[in-house]
Amino acid sequence: MTNLRRFLRRHGWSYAFILPSLLTFVIFTLAPVIWALLISFQKYSLTRGGQWVSPFYQNFVVAFTQLNGVFVQAIGNTLIYTLVTVTAHITIGLVLASLIQPLSNWLRTFFRAAYYLPAVTSALIIGMTWAYIFNAQWGFANYLLRLAGLAPVRWLSDPDIALASVTLSAVLTVPATAVVLFSAAMGSIPREYYEAAELDGANPIQQWRHITVPLIKSTTLYLVVIYTIASFEVFERVYVMVPSGVANSTQTIVTQIYNNGFKDLNFGVASAQALVLFVMIAAVAAVQFRLLRSDVEY
Amino acid sequence: MSAYPLSRRRWLTARRPRPGRLVALSVLIGVAIVALFPMYWLFANALTPITDTPPLTPILLPAFQFDNFQRLFGGTRYYLNWMLNSLVVALGTTAWHILFDALAGYAFAKRSFPGRDLLFAVLLSTLMVPIHVTLIPLYLISRSLGLMDSLLGVILPGTANVFGIFLMRQYIKTLPTEMEEAARIDGCSEPRVFWSIILPLCKPAMAALAIFTFVRYWNDFLWPLIILNRPQNYTLTVGVANLQAEFMTDWGVIFSGATMAALPMIIFFLAFQKYFIEGVRMGALKG
Repeated sequence: MTNLRRFLRRHGWSYAFILPSLLTFVIFTLAPVIWALLISFQKYSLTRGGQWVSPFYQNFVVAFTQLNGVFVQAIGNTLIYTLVTVTAHITIGLVLASLIQPLSNWLRTFFRAAYYLPAVTSALIIGMTWAYIFNAQWGFANYLLRLAGLAPVRWLSDPDIALASVTLSAVLTVPATAVVLFSAAMGSIPREYYEAAELDGANPIQQWRHITVPLIKSTTLYLVVIYTIASFEVFERVYVMVPSGVANSTQTIVTQIYNNGFKDLNFGVASAQALVLFVMIAAVAAVQFRLLRSDVEY
Repeated sequence: MSAYPLSRRRWLTARRPRPGRLVALSVLIGVAIVALFPMYWLFANALTPITDTPPLTPILLPAFQFDNFQRLFGGTRYYLNWMLNSLVVALGTTAWHILFDALAGYAFAKRSFPGRDLLFAVLLSTLMVPIHVTLIPLYLISRSLGLMDSLLGVILPGTANVFGIFLMRQYIKTLPTEMEEAARIDGCSEPRVFWSIILPLCKPAMAALAIFTFVRYWNDFLWPLIILNRPQNYTLTVGVANLQAEFMTDWGVIFSGATMAALPMIIFFLAFQKYFIEGVRMGALKG
């Protein structure tokens, strides 16, 4: 008893300080994570609870084979969307940050703000604005085509084009985080490197290629990872731009999880699909950790 | 501010005008126009009376008339409810994180107690798990706790986000320990040490965390979409997504509804721009 009292006197406050956070963490994060793992091997109904499926991987078989393998197509769509979006975000972010860097302070602040502004509104509203731009009847994109004397395009209702339209809308959304982080990383490169290069007769392009780009490698890597994960999880944009999915041409991993889980109440299969998403994200993070070990120092 | 004339002078004199600079500026301005155009076009449409489908020749300059907004607030019974609900959700989640993340972050950063490193490792390991993995158990847990279709049910899962604890711990770790020690010797109680010594020093990190949390949960969509059923309980994002289905033929209402959902965050951003950019650097904001 005295031992417990002494223990509490020494550590009681520490536990009291973390208690509120720990409480909601256990109920609303830790328990759900563990339960999600279990449900992906169960058939779950709201009335009867969970029952183990057999064979134990049954939900995964269903996940990949149901409706002619639409989930495989959804993974494919997600990967295409991710590849294009991440490449564009990194390239555009790098170019914009490089162009902003030599500007005076207030111009730099102005452009950073202009690029960051759309990012503070929800992905849903951004998706809605792009749905208006791509409206087949009165949208701005078709207005531009009409001006150029071209035939209108069914941007979001043609199954061959819808995914490309959604991806294009993401590409044209300025990667605000990339601009800010690249710009911060470039600002912390010592001036002497550039002065030395200039003495050696390197032009600005050569300086950019051989000093700037290599020295911001770790920022680039970080941005690739966060943008890849964010693109794997794309949902709002697709949900609001292409509500019908247009013959599954714009299904993504998360729209599949949402449809299976909350439209068909197929909790086991939806959890199995969520687990696939998690493994994909974990793989990306693992690659990041491996690459970070060979990080640059300056 | 004295920095302004100084940088302006440098801009005018020290830099010789080069053609490269003009090209760079035009690229930057062009990208800014493309980036801001969709949002601008939404606002222009919202501020121009439209009761049907929008005209085929796009509205590029707003008429600055508020007919659409009148129909939005008059005709949709719940729009004000939605704004209020979003405010309650965002403020509630933010208040929780400001207070308790600093507290937990302090314990993990500065105090030693049995199980600390293990607990922190467990917290950290869930940082990477996407919300989509926990969505279904979260739904089942919320059901059994009677949280369905309530704002508390939207808020509580948001309080379990461990990012803030991580951020506050990193920040508090950099603070010096001498003042705490001195306060303890002077007989300060432990909660007092936190409240009077640690908390005031945490303001920059707390500002970034508060902004991040507020914006994130104001904009949150998927979880409120799942847990909220009755229209009067919707948050703004869920409500606006439903406007589209409800007011199929009256685009003016849809445009003004989307505008009113986006505008508060834009004003918020313009007012606290410096903190937003600082927050991105700290790793608190995405976009």
